[in-house]
Amino acid sequence: MSNTAKTFAVAGAVAAAMTATLTGSASAQSKEKCYGVSLAGQNDCAAGPGTTCAGTSTVDYQGNAWTLVDAGSCASIELPALADGSERNGSLEALERDLPA
Amino acid sequence: MTTDTSPANAVNQAAFTRAMMDASITTPQGLRDSQNRPAGRRFNVYRNNVAVSLTDALLQAFPVVTKLLSEENMKGLAGIFLRAHPPQSPLMMFYGAEFPDFIAQMEQLSHLGYLADVARLEQHMRRAYHAADATPIDPDALGSIAPEDLMQTRVSFTPAMQVIRSPWPIFDIWRFNMEQDAPKPQAGAQDVLITRPEFDPTPQLLPVGGAAWITALTGGKTIGEAFEVANQDADNFDLSTTLALLLQGNTLTALHRKD
Repeated sequence: MSNTAKTFAVAGAVAAAMTATLTGSASAQSKEKCYGVSLAGQNDCAAGPGTTCAGTSTVDYQGNAWTLVDAGSCASIELPALADGSERNGSLEALERDLPA
Repeated sequence: MTTDTSPANAVNQAAFTRAMMDASITTPQGLRDSQNRPAGRRFNVYRNNVAVSLTDALLQAFPVVTKLLSEENMKGLAGIFLRAHPPQSPLMMFYGAEFPDFIAQMEQLSHLGYLADVARLEQHMRRAYHAADATPIDPDALGSIAPEDLMQTRVSFTPAMQVIRSPWPIFDIWRFNMEQDAPKPQAGAQDVLITRPEFDPTPQLLPVGGAAWITALTGGKTIGEAFEVANQDADNFDLSTTLALLLQGNTLTALHRKD
């Protein structure tokens, strides 16, 4: 391959890669950490040993345990109301409610 | 390091560590409880806790190896490993870095040739998870470089990116054991790219030549030079798929154009 041919081969491949990236695959859907929405033992994290992590929440909708959800959907996830009848919502920051005793 | 030799702390650190890792050694001399009696049983409990916690850490760190070997065999293997390679750091998240090489040298496991590389993949997944954050470039930046300049451009990658090459189908083996309904592994060499586009690392199968191209770039070669290396490595190197995986994985952090 001549140098010119190589340059064109690389430029063409770069253009193709950018198209593939910008049209976006399913994995490109961005996620956010959402607190207070996961069921007991179902919270996310894949850190391995030495970390306090995945599947360690002990009550439903535990306020300080998070799950990855589609970006923008955290606060609108439908959850059962709290015992006193007030609304229960997910949050992008850790919550004080539903903590294990 | 200083060793405290005062009577109250007469236990030598090295002797303590030796006894901790070898159940055939009796309690270190000088180890006493609050009543000033030899603390043999207490030491046994402590010794057992150390071994159990390190075994648990290895089982968590290498879930696929554990599945392949069965939990019982993995616990036995972990017991040998943790005594040969006690932790060098208090950071448990990095414990087990020597485990892949340890597996490769175990004669009893030589019939499972792929096992060490599968362990390597799992270790790199953890390394990716704990790597520092970095801001990725906008993919458009690549398109704005003229083709001739592109060949002279060097790139930087995020610390979370990892590449593992193997003569075994390690990606298929990993997927078959970690994902539901994944296809059965087929014999053949596989190179894996680990990216961390958001929070969790993801392994992806690299096309042939892709690993050589990325390795050349991380070694400081230009895009053009790396292209030559990759074409020598594989006859039908697929640059666009390789680059698309890198861009989608948010792995590129800087482009260095020729001055």
